[in-house]
Amino acid sequence: MYSDKNYYTKDHEWVKIEGDECTIGITDFAQKQLGDVVYVEMPEIGTQLEVHQSIGVIESVKAVSDVYSPLSGEVTAVNEDLNDSPELVNEDPHEKGWIIRLKMKDESEIQNLMKVSEYEKFLDGIED
Amino acid sequence: MKKTRLNACHKQLNAKMVEFCGWEMPIQYMGIVEEHLAVRTKAGLFDVSHMGEIMVSGNQALDYVQRLSPNNAARLAVGKAQYTALTTPEGTFVDDMLVYCLGEKDYLLVVNAANIDKDFAWVDSHKSGFDVSVSNLSDAYSQLALQGPKAREILEPLTDVDLEEMKTFAFAMGKVAGEEALISRTGYTGEDGYEIYTLSENPAKIWDAVMEQGKSLGIHPIGLGARDTLRLEAMLMLYGNDIDETTTVLEAGLRWVVKFKKGDFLGRDALLKQKEEGLKRRLVGFELVGKGIARPHFPVYIGEERVGEVNSGTFVPFLKKSIGTTYLPIEKTEIGTEFDIEIRGRKTRAKVVPTPFYKRD
Repeated sequence: MYSDKNYYTKDHEWVKIEGDECTIGITDFAQKQLGDVVYVEMPEIGTQLEVHQSIGVIESVKAVSDVYSPLSGEVTAVNEDLNDSPELVNEDPHEKGWIIRLKMKDESEIQNLMKVSEYEKFLDGIED
Repeated sequence: MKKTRLNACHKQLNAKMVEFCGWEMPIQYMGIVEEHLAVRTKAGLFDVSHMGEIMVSGNQALDYVQRLSPNNAARLAVGKAQYTALTTPEGTFVDDMLVYCLGEKDYLLVVNAANIDKDFAWVDSHKSGFDVSVSNLSDAYSQLALQGPKAREILEPLTDVDLEEMKTFAFAMGKVAGEEALISRTGYTGEDGYEIYTLSENPAKIWDAVMEQGKSLGIHPIGLGARDTLRLEAMLMLYGNDIDETTTVLEAGLRWVVKFKKGDFLGRDALLKQKEEGLKRRLVGFELVGKGIARPHFPVYIGEERVGEVNSGTFVPFLKKSIGTTYLPIEKTEIGTEFDIEIRGRKTRAKVVPTPFYKRD
């Protein structure tokens, strides 16, 4: 279910790192908690984000959820497909449902992220 | 938490359960969007057993109902129901409700789950001088709602009641899946459909039979999440959001519910005065022009002036829009009027639109 090539956060975001760029989205666990996503608010390209800063929100019919940046950096792309098809976050949270791309500012921050086995253990510990 | 008699049915379908007004209820099964669309295009089955039922019986049952309600219950023949309210002397809402004429001396008031105790206390405490008895039958009744274009096709083979003959807001007693029930052609979704009330200890028989019968026609079980998006699309009131003890029946846009000529009722003087002086504010439906979703309690601005807040607001899956309701100053209630809603610190443009947002063909 969860790719061992990605990193994860306690806020249920996944991070795919390629060179100094990373792609960020929310995990399958998070999309299940949210329910049907109907709106995704994303930042402007060029926005400078600090780690843990809010990237935007994901709205389901009944709830609004903040998405927090796992790393610091500059937003280089946002997933425009989510404007017309926010349901991609539910249908394919780890691929087509990606939210933003960042050019990383501080690679040492990667150490604070969880690897897949840690994240899966973290999920096991969460009572549903 | 209280459980309805259908609780096991929801658990069996893997419903996501939540606490609602002290009840353990299903908020969704497959998902709010899928459930909402199923009701608009095929059929959906709801467990609404948490709703309240108050019986007013006796020689003066009609007189008493007439006193409590602004609508004209004298127009109800046996087997007819009407939408109305329990009004305060100020003409505001204790609750909104349906009144069913079960007989010359028996009127059933169907009220919101959130207000059962309050409503029963209200109805019980105002009866002195009237030859009536009042009883709270909420725990005895279970209620299911079957709504959608396929509702009749699904229910017909399961009941001896003649559904072809049944007009909207009419009802009849009979059997559904072998259980005694009251079937009314009423609902809270904007679709055609039925509400099924039963005193049976085993209403799961009805639930299972309807689900089985509806399987080939695409029936879905529907939770409270979609119940809310459906009713908002159809501009049906939700107590606590759109209406409460601070809003009058006229301000809520329900002028048609008030029958001034039928005689005196609680709140008549206040409402008549308000009608004559003119309303200062009114509930409107709006649509977001800008991006985002308006939610209850978000601040509403006209220019720089904060004029109120969002009453109901969400994204509706059939119309695929962000819509909602709010009370605006009367001079700003014309269709097309633009105003702003503050969403997470940023003002987003909205405009007044005609309601209901959705009306079935």
